[in-house]
Amino acid sequence: MSGLNTFQLLNGLTFAALLFIVASGFTLIFGLLRIVNLAHGALYLLGGYAGYVAASTTGSFLVGILAAMACVALAGLALDQGLLRFVRGYELRQVLLTLGVAFVLNDMTLVIFGGDTYTVPTPDFLRGAVRFWGLFYPKYRLFVLALGVVVFIALWLLLNKTRLGALIRAGVDDPEMIAAMGINIRRVFLLTFMLGAALAGLGGAVGGAFLTLYPSADAEILVFSLAVVIIGGRGSLVGAAVGALIVGLLNTVGQVMFPEFAYFVIFGPMAAILAFCPLGLFGRAA
Amino acid sequence: MSLSSPASTDGPKVTLARVAITIGALAFALLPLVVPIYQVSILTEILIFAVLAMAVDVLAGYTGRTPLCHGAIFGVATYVVVYWSQMGGSPYVGVLLGVMAATLVAAIFGLLAIRTSGVYFLLLTLALGMIVWGVCLRWTSVTGGENGLRGTVRPEALAGHLPFYYAVFAVVGLITIVMWRFVRSPFGLTLRGIRDSESRMRALGYDVSLHLFLAFTISGFFAGLAGALYAMFNDFVSPSTVALSQSVEGLLMAITGGVGTLFGAFIGAAAIIGLENLVSLYTERWQSVLGLMFIAIMIFAPEGVIGRVRDLLTRRR
Repeated sequence: MSGLNTFQLLNGLTFAALLFIVASGFTLIFGLLRIVNLAHGALYLLGGYAGYVAASTTGSFLVGILAAMACVALAGLALDQGLLRFVRGYELRQVLLTLGVAFVLNDMTLVIFGGDTYTVPTPDFLRGAVRFWGLFYPKYRLFVLALGVVVFIALWLLLNKTRLGALIRAGVDDPEMIAAMGINIRRVFLLTFMLGAALAGLGGAVGGAFLTLYPSADAEILVFSLAVVIIGGRGSLVGAAVGALIVGLLNTVGQVMFPEFAYFVIFGPMAAILAFCPLGLFGRAA
Repeated sequence: MSLSSPASTDGPKVTLARVAITIGALAFALLPLVVPIYQVSILTEILIFAVLAMAVDVLAGYTGRTPLCHGAIFGVATYVVVYWSQMGGSPYVGVLLGVMAATLVAAIFGLLAIRTSGVYFLLLTLALGMIVWGVCLRWTSVTGGENGLRGTVRPEALAGHLPFYYAVFAVVGLITIVMWRFVRSPFGLTLRGIRDSESRMRALGYDVSLHLFLAFTISGFFAGLAGALYAMFNDFVSPSTVALSQSVEGLLMAITGGVGTLFGAFIGAAAIIGLENLVSLYTERWQSVLGLMFIAIMIFAPEGVIGRVRDLLTRRR
């Protein structure tokens, strides 16, 4: 058993940043549409593979990221309009349907990409390490950390300072009232669904560059996202950020100190939090 | 929740149900005498998984809480039984220990999960099941990690396919009768009351949390029985036995048959295991087929086979 050092702490923080990017999409969809999208992990994986293909054919990391986001947003559009529309209003049927979608998507990526691991190629300026406080740290992971902060600020601004954000927040509180006021809440829902999916795609492309992509990565990231959302509370951006920090750091603590029981270290505290506030730290009653 | 339909007990339908159950039981009793050995093992698997699906149904159908951790509870029993046999212990003690371990895990999960309902219940049980999977995968010194464990669990007397089948048949028959009595008991009726209106049951003075906790634990006990039988059937266990897909299959079997019908579990298990064996003759993409089935059932027939038949019967009159 060994203690934590700065390096591992930073690893925890960068993982938390990635988790935030993925889980913020999950929590947006969960909060507004009341859909628990269990295909979110599969969308992450899909984004990762799309990013890998685009980035390695064009040689541009940026194109990879954009392709991943666009591709997964389209997949989200197809999922929402093609399948979920048939089970609207039935919470449980929606969840189980997305679970079915997750199984199919996971299997399809296995058919196309096989069981090998892939790494999304990163641009030259993000390779290597920087030296600070007497330690070498990979530049790319610092980039992920910064990206997590940027995504948080962008989402916060979107939700709090724009008309769309106001509609989304109002939709979380009372979708029927919004519809009654003459606003096409369906379109807002669809946009939110695509935005949430795109965030999973972004996470996949970014995460695929340092966590690598492999067939069971979707289930792992899904479970971490679930933990983040359960801890943070449904539909809360701040909750997702706090939850991601808690899960990211606990995961590092677990992996360093009790590698065989890393899952316990994350889910134990999660269960404890849930026992005291069933709606999560920042969740509000529906 | 919206998946279940209320059970009704009027004349012709009850007769029909009795006839169907008798035919089903006779089929399970006589088929093994005429089909080849390989099909006998499929039938054994169907019976074992029907118990898992019934355990899921106790929660999903009769209590209104849809769980996604029963594959993990099932698998805990399988792990314990196989581990025990690998250490050279008696299989009967192993089964006892396995079922106890599964019940204990279910009790712990239950304590946490009963605080939630609806989708949150589903998510929390999913996450709890994943812990079991994570531990089985990583705790290599005990669970063998990805390679799993292999043991000789079946006692000498049951080594053959047919004797084992009939032993499972008898045990599953007994379990089914017990579960049927259980869901029909005052306790089971209280659970249905909680499913339909939690606040009303609370107002009537029922201890809802205690009932939910007991329902969860008892359901876990039955899932553990299924897991212990599976250990005897398979002599092998690996993390895929406790994986999410196992929980999903158990739930899908319960839903395919019809939640809240108990016996639907046999139809669901037969449909899904039969399909799995059929599909694997032609393609390795069983997971996709499973996913597509899930999607199709959720869109077209969320009430399941028995629910569908019941609906048609009601509509005709």
